Order: sequence, then structure tokens, then C-alpha cells
Amino acid sequence: MREYDRGTGLQPVRDCELRDLGVLEYGAALELQRELVEQRRQGLIPDLLLIVEHPHVITLGRTGRLSHLLADEEALRRAGVAFYPTDRGGDITYHGPGQVVGYPILDLREWKRDVVAYVRALEQTLIGALAEFSLAAERVPGRTGVWTEAGKIAAIGVHIRRWITSHGFALNHSTDLSYFRYIVPCGLTAPVTSMRALGCAASRAEVVAAIARHFAGVFGYRMVEPVGARQESL
Amino acid sequence: MTDVVMPQMGESIVEGTLTKWLKKPGDRVERDEALFEISTDKVDTEIPAPAAGTLAEVLVEEGRTVGINTVVARIDETSVGQAHGLPVPAAPPAAAPEPPPPAAAAPAEMAAEVAGALSPLVRKLAREHSIDLRLVKGTGAGGRITKQDLEAYLAERDRAAAAPPPPPSAPEARLEPMSHMRLRIAEHMVMSTRVSPHVTTVHKVNMTRVARTRERSKAGVQARYGFQLTYLPFVTHAAAEALRAYPLVNASIDGNNIVYHGEINIGIAVALEGGLIVPVIRNADRMGVLDLQRAIVDLASRARTKQLKPEEVQGGTFSITNFGSMGSLFGTPIINQPQVAILGVGVVEKAPVVIEGDAIAIRSVCLMGLTFDHRLLDGALADQFMGKLKAVLETWSEEFR
Repeated sequence: MREYDRGTGLQPVRDCELRDLGVLEYGAALELQRELVEQRRQGLIPDLLLIVEHPHVITLGRTGRLSHLLADEEALRRAGVAFYPTDRGGDITYHGPGQVVGYPILDLREWKRDVVAYVRALEQTLIGALAEFSLAAERVPGRTGVWTEAGKIAAIGVHIRRWITSHGFALNHSTDLSYFRYIVPCGLTAPVTSMRALGCAASRAEVVAAIARHFAGVFGYRMVEPVGARQESL
Repeated sequence: MTDVVMPQMGESIVEGTLTKWLKKPGDRVERDEALFEISTDKVDTEIPAPAAGTLAEVLVEEGRTVGINTVVARIDETSVGQAHGLPVPAAPPAAAPEPPPPAAAAPAEMAAEVAGALSPLVRKLAREHSIDLRLVKGTGAGGRITKQDLEAYLAERDRAAAAPPPPPSAPEARLEPMSHMRLRIAEHMVMSTRVSPHVTTVHKVNMTRVARTRERSKAGVQARYGFQLTYLPFVTHAAAEALRAYPLVNASIDGNNIVYHGEINIGIAVALEGGLIVPVIRNADRMGVLDLQRAIVDLASRARTKQLKPEEVQGGTFSITNFGSMGSLFGTPIINQPQVAILGVGVVEKAPVVIEGDAIAIRSVCLMGLTFDHRLLDGALADQFMGKLKAVLETWSEEFR
């Protein structure tokens, strides 16, 4: 009975703002995340789930190896692919059009102070969302990310500063998979796949909605619109 | 010297890889400034310095994986006195930066060493406020010191003087922003007390029959269903019955109207680390004691593991808070808006009671308080509600429901 306390009341479920920003250049997204992490740390904003889509870019995580970049920077420039070393966890990865990229800015102290549980929860979110479209996906022990029989469908890389999360996940929705030829994704030589390649016709909006639903379920949130959007709808 | 250790970043995590030092030995570090980064399973985490000082030695090099609580560095705190980046030559180590005493300096002479010509106004201001102009950064043409520069410097100096850092020997106050949940709770509490005039009425309830019923059924319930049978589902059951009898207690105020809710949805306050949440048992009046207990156990455990769905904390029409489980006799909780009443349940204790024929007997007794919104409910109705609640509990049919 320890759990029932002086119940003054009255705390509704935690809110998480869903901000779908559409296409956003990678550098701008980095800058935005830096600002939001600081604001979250100061308690100025609630937990957030940013959803973006990046123009072609290859990013290298803190523990990544440049040898996993299979093209030189000149070749990338010619192909219109930007390159960024970053402070997230994980190795090298590609982002581009047709990918649903999610950057949760969460204070893990209000959930669990457990970074591994956090990564597992992100995987669970995506596995649940994919199941809505009848796509069977799973975890592979030792290989963080979300996997289908045809290969890796979502990558995960996270940065944490004072228990505030940034970076997050990238789910291949209708990604042009040929761009992955420039890299050894996350240092793995396993194939990559996408929802479209697996025959799923769902729109980006439907995928984002499914992710938001499962994200709310896994983390115990009520997803809310940003204050700005709410004001406009008044 | 302060040891810096590999932190534990989660329950199942026993080691971490030190991926990057953000400071070199000999560098100054501030408390809570990012000192190094670690990596665990695709998560990179910045680790802040546990103390301010000089990074004296680094014991684990980049790329090495070490167990949690391994000492990875040491910070020498003895150099902390000279704070704020301003050089304080020959100052005693503990001295806080403070404005120079008025008579000590000769600002007019110092002004000679300052770049650029000074306007008479700047000279006058500097003299009046005993400002050492060498410490003022000029932003005018050619680094000239302007009136604005002086005002900015003065404002900064006043701030520093107004809030001197505590002496190193005193235990430090720690500043931490409230969590989002804490802020929401704070907001709701203030809002509720502002909106509703709170009144509490306390009744003493003889729980002997309930206690006997519970005592008899406890072991069987535990064996058969795997959960403990507590007093709370009995109280919830009785509250639902009383709410059915007095629907105004199950109502809300909407503008100038009273909303009589069709359903009896009872919220149960659950304490969480750093906050609380009130998951809701829907249609509690249609459930038996066992169903209620199962719902309470389920909601409380999922509340603690953050697995509640949004709809499970919404739509409550009445709340119960069981502070008796923490030993409290009775309390005056705050109403969970937009509800109009909350039942506070105290501890169930055996006590000597005067019974019929002026004899004294041992009974299980509990104090229960109804805190209600006096805008909508009057004391008489609140006490009738409590009378009903009391009657249900005191005449509990010992046949298990």
C-alpha cells in the first residue's frame, strides 16, 4: 500500500509536444536541438518529439569510424550529400528524403534514469508503429536499431546531457536506399530496407501518426500540439 | 581532491566506454560543466564535473571501457577561490569579488592608462562610483569607454556585490529547475485552491466488520489472484454507493451550470518519485471489491512504471487519497479540479471505543475526511454523504462481495 500517498491530487498524465517540422537541414536541426535541450533542462518547455526529414546527409557519431565512409567528401559534394560529424552515439549513418527522423527531447529523470531502457523503448515505439502497417520488425541483440527479415529498417543514435535526450531515430519510410552505398551503416555490413521496399504504401503522415501513438503508449505521454499551433486553432 | 567516477546510466548497466575527454589535465572546470563523454549502446552521454577546481589527473584514457564507479579522474578543488574570470591578484583565497572601497582607488590617475580619450561625463561617473577604468571594456570607437559601458559595468558589479558567493565552508544551496511534472502539480494546486473554497469534514468510521471480512478473505485472495486485499477497495466501493445516493458530490461546475456526471469514475492518488498521478477507475459503482482491488493494483503499478494510457488519468468525477497507508490520521487534501470533492482516508487502527451499555470494547477505527468545494456543496450535504459512506462500511455484510 506504499504507493498511495497524500493525494492532493491531481497530476494529469505527462504531456509531450509533437512538432512535425517537415524538411529541415541537418545543421539547422542540430542547432535547434541544442537550444531545446537547454530550454528543457531549465524546465521552460515540456518533453518534445521533433519529427523532421533531412535533405541528403551523412553523419558520423562520436564512436564512428571514418573508414565506414566509402566515398570521399568530394564525391559526396558532387552527389549533393552533406557530411557532419556529430555528438550522438553510434557510428555512421545516412539521412535523406523519405526518412522519418525523430528527435525526442525528454528529461529522462521523469521517466527512468536508464539510457539502455530508453533505447529499448525507442525500438519498441518503432516496432509497434510498424506492426500497425503489418510489418513485422524486431530487435537484434547487440545491434541497436529495428530489424526486419529484409534488413535494418530504422537506426538509433542518442545523445544525453544531464539526462536530457537529443538525437533519436531514423525510420526508412520511402528512402532511396541506393544512398546507403556511400557508407557502411553503423559499421554493419547487413542490408538496409524501407517500409516502401517491403510493399507498404502508407503515407508519411500516417507513419508519423502511428509513431506518435506508440511513443505516447511506451513512454506514458499524452501527445499535444505545440502551444503555437493550439493558439492558432482558437 | 574529488574523485570523478564512471556513473551508472541505468539499472542493467555495469560499465561504460569513455569516448572523449572534454578537458585536459590542468584545465579549470566548473561544477556541473561537461567533463567527459561516455558511450553505452548507441547512447553518448556528457558527464558533468562533480566539483569545481583543476582537473588534476586523468586515470582512464579515451576509448577504454571501465566498470561503473571506477575512478576516472581527480579534481583539485583548492584553486576554487578565484572565481568569475576576473584576475584578483594577491587576494585572500576566500575573498569574494567586491567593489573596491571608495577611498582606496584613485580613478582619475587610472584613467590615464585607459585607451582612448574619455568624455567628462565618463570621468565624472567613474569618480563618483570609484570605478577602476582599466576593468571596464570599451565598446566605443577605438575601444573608447562610453557611458553605456560604465553603466553595464556598474550593473554587473552591483549584481556581484548583491549576491556574493557563499563562503566555501558553508554548505552550498543547490539550484535545480523543477521538473515538468512538479511544475504541473504546482500549477494545479494553486489553481485548485484559487478556484474552490475548500472545506473539510472528518468522520470516525468503525471498520471492524470490514476488517473482519478482509482478515478472513486476505489469504485466499492472495493465493488465488496474487494480490493483497487492502482496505482501499472497500472504501472505494462505499464511496461509489454514497456518490450514487448524492450525485451532487459526483458533479462539476461549468460556468453557471452544474454538470451531473452520468458515470461514477473514481480517481485514486498514486505517489510517484518526485510527484503523483491520479489514475481513474471507470464505472467504479459497477464493480465488486475484488474488481476494484485488481484495478487499483493494476493502475498503481502501471503508474509507477509510466505505462498508463492518457485516457486512464482523465474523466475522473471524484478522487480518493489514502494517506493512511503512510500512517496519517487525517488530512486536508486539495480538490482534483474540475471535481468538487476528494475523500481522504486515514490509517485503520484498533482503538478502545465506548459501545452500547457504556462498556469499552476494542474496535478497528478510521478517520475519513471529505474535502469539498463549498461553492457547490454545503456542510449538511457533505455530512449526509459521509453518513452514507460510514453506514455502508459499518454495516458491511460479512459475506464477501
